[in-house]
Amino acid sequence: MSEQPSIRRRRPGDPPRLGATRRVGRPSTGQMQPVATPRKQERGRPVPPPPSAEGGALPISTRGLTKRYGDLVAVDGLDLDVVPGEIFGLLGQNGAGKTTTILMLLGLTEPSGGWARVAGFDPTRQPLEVKRRVGYLPDAVGFYGAMSGRANLRYTARLNRLERVASEARIEEVLEQVGMANRADDRVDTYSRGMLQRLGIADALLKDPAVLILDEPTTAIDPIGVVEILELLRGLARKRGLAILLSSHLLTQVQSVCDRVGIFAAGRLIGVGTVPELALRFGEPVDLIEVGAEGEADPSGAISAMPGFRSIVAGERPGDPFVVRVDRGSGATLRAAVLAAAAAGTIPLTSVREVVPSLDDIYRRALEERGLAAHGRVAA
Amino acid sequence: MTAPALVATPAPPGERPREQAFRRLGPGWPTIAAKEFSDHVMSARFYVLFVILGVAALIPLYFGAERIRSLADQVSGSPALFLALFQVGPSGVDFLRADVFVAMAAPLLGVAFAFDAINGERHEGTLPRLLSQPIHRDDLINGKFVAGLAAIALVLAAVIGVVAGFGILRLGIAPGGEDVLRLVAWYLVTLLYVAMWLAFGLLLSVVVVRAATSALIGFGTWLFVAMPFFGPLLLNLASQLLVPASGDVSQQYAAAGGQQLIQRLLPSTLYREASLALLNPGVTTTSNPTTLSQAIQYQEQIQGGLVGLDQSLLIIWPHVVALLALTALCFALAYVAFMRQEVRA
Repeated sequence: MSEQPSIRRRRPGDPPRLGATRRVGRPSTGQMQPVATPRKQERGRPVPPPPSAEGGALPISTRGLTKRYGDLVAVDGLDLDVVPGEIFGLLGQNGAGKTTTILMLLGLTEPSGGWARVAGFDPTRQPLEVKRRVGYLPDAVGFYGAMSGRANLRYTARLNRLERVASEARIEEVLEQVGMANRADDRVDTYSRGMLQRLGIADALLKDPAVLILDEPTTAIDPIGVVEILELLRGLARKRGLAILLSSHLLTQVQSVCDRVGIFAAGRLIGVGTVPELALRFGEPVDLIEVGAEGEADPSGAISAMPGFRSIVAGERPGDPFVVRVDRGSGATLRAAVLAAAAAGTIPLTSVREVVPSLDDIYRRALEERGLAAHGRVAA
Repeated sequence: MTAPALVATPAPPGERPREQAFRRLGPGWPTIAAKEFSDHVMSARFYVLFVILGVAALIPLYFGAERIRSLADQVSGSPALFLALFQVGPSGVDFLRADVFVAMAAPLLGVAFAFDAINGERHEGTLPRLLSQPIHRDDLINGKFVAGLAAIALVLAAVIGVVAGFGILRLGIAPGGEDVLRLVAWYLVTLLYVAMWLAFGLLLSVVVVRAATSALIGFGTWLFVAMPFFGPLLLNLASQLLVPASGDVSQQYAAAGGQQLIQRLLPSTLYREASLALLNPGVTTTSNPTTLSQAIQYQEQIQGGLVGLDQSLLIIWPHVVALLALTALCFALAYVAFMRQEVRA
């Protein structure tokens, strides 16, 4: 058979797909408002009907997606849209419902309510059409230990009915992409956890998917490897319009690679947006300024008199910069005032800079706002 | 209550240009079966079982050869002499026969090739990855069943071939046409018996979380059902208790019929009777006589001689149907349990 490789992907030049506009959260009302609606009311909320198959070409779209196990609500009325070329990060603690959501998107678990569309298909009714377009890296991915990495990928290629000749080249390509080409012919049971994860990403990329769903993709990979993998993912999203949904608890990584982030807690998406958006919504209404002073000098007195000042916290060790919190929007004024004080000789200044609140803080505050203790974390 | 009914409206294939590039998917199970089969054939357990079965078949054959030679003088020209290869053991230890060994080893083969089919995938963490490929969930279980059966068919065919070849070369017994047909029929019934155990092993691998536990349960069941010192013995005692044989001769015969019915609850009894009828054309019935007149009738039939293959098949047909039903039951249970299971353990 001289057929061309059968999967064609969207290229940047292609006409835009219908519905491929960027939507943030639920378009109509207040997904972004921190109003805690009582759950009972939420459950009765009407779910808009799914788009017809021709129009709903968003890579991932869900409305009111719900999964119950008896009395336990694992996922509760999830509304989510992921657009092409976007990396969406799903944040949440263990048991928050991330993996259940992912299994529902793949048609591996049946939703109790609401609907999902992945690559335009209903995962419950057309799981095969979804699965041939979605690359999935499961949490704690495993391979057949007695086979080589390449043989494992070959098996995946066969299961996807890729043509034999074309798939060999494709296997080589994805192995190169994840940096596993030199170990590909070793038995998988000689691989480290991180290598398994790399192979898992290669495995997910093999079918040339339109959507990539990665469950904790980088937990076991070393820091330098993580940077490589995140670069790879970002490149795939930008150049080839791949939509990527990744779940993680490594917040700094999520922050560095994701276009948008959804904070997941107790089965509900309590906030969706870019990191600055989330900071604006969940963070304190303050700007953070780091002020470094020479030696044992304490600039607290001088700074506390400045406009917009709220509080100042010394660093953990002597010599560490002080963190000053001022009213939102007063950051620039304060910096100017500090510099002026330094010029006047009041503060022995070594550094001054504005810092962005970390996703860590945002996450913690989001959980606290919903009355959900971020257990396992020390509230600093 | 929760959400309006989902109405999926799949577009006709022509309306979606991007999707046209995707071909219709063929079935997924042949891919899985091919991979599993090559795994089986390369695995240590395959060779171990091969050797065990081969030795178990060859040793009695070797010692039984003398007896077959002496037998051959008496019954020269008997069409069933070739099949005696599978039924004659060394004198004195008559149960050391190839067919008895196959009857004991077949369940072992079935369980050994299936006990870790699904829970092994779970343990290795390959199950979610596998099921996220474009295959149906039942493709996995079907493919594994087919692969296991194919591997066992290979082992059995090889062992039977060796025994037959030994007979032809060393003893100079050439099989007649009907001998070969009987052997093929016996092979198929044996395969069916193995398939039942394979389906049972598959069921265990779905239901039991740990492979080691399912192996223990599987082999335990095998010991109980297939080894003559456990289940059959117990069932024998039970049947004598339930249907006591006492009184005059006709009552005793009636009791024997009832006892046999109870013993046939074991698949191994079914297989043993079927195997005997297929390999021995002299067997004209698998049932014990239930009346005195039947007993006399049987006695006359035995002296009458041999029956054709078609008649033998007729005799064992109920056994085949029962084995088939047991296989279907085990497989269906495994199937349903697997379809309802969560991907995460």
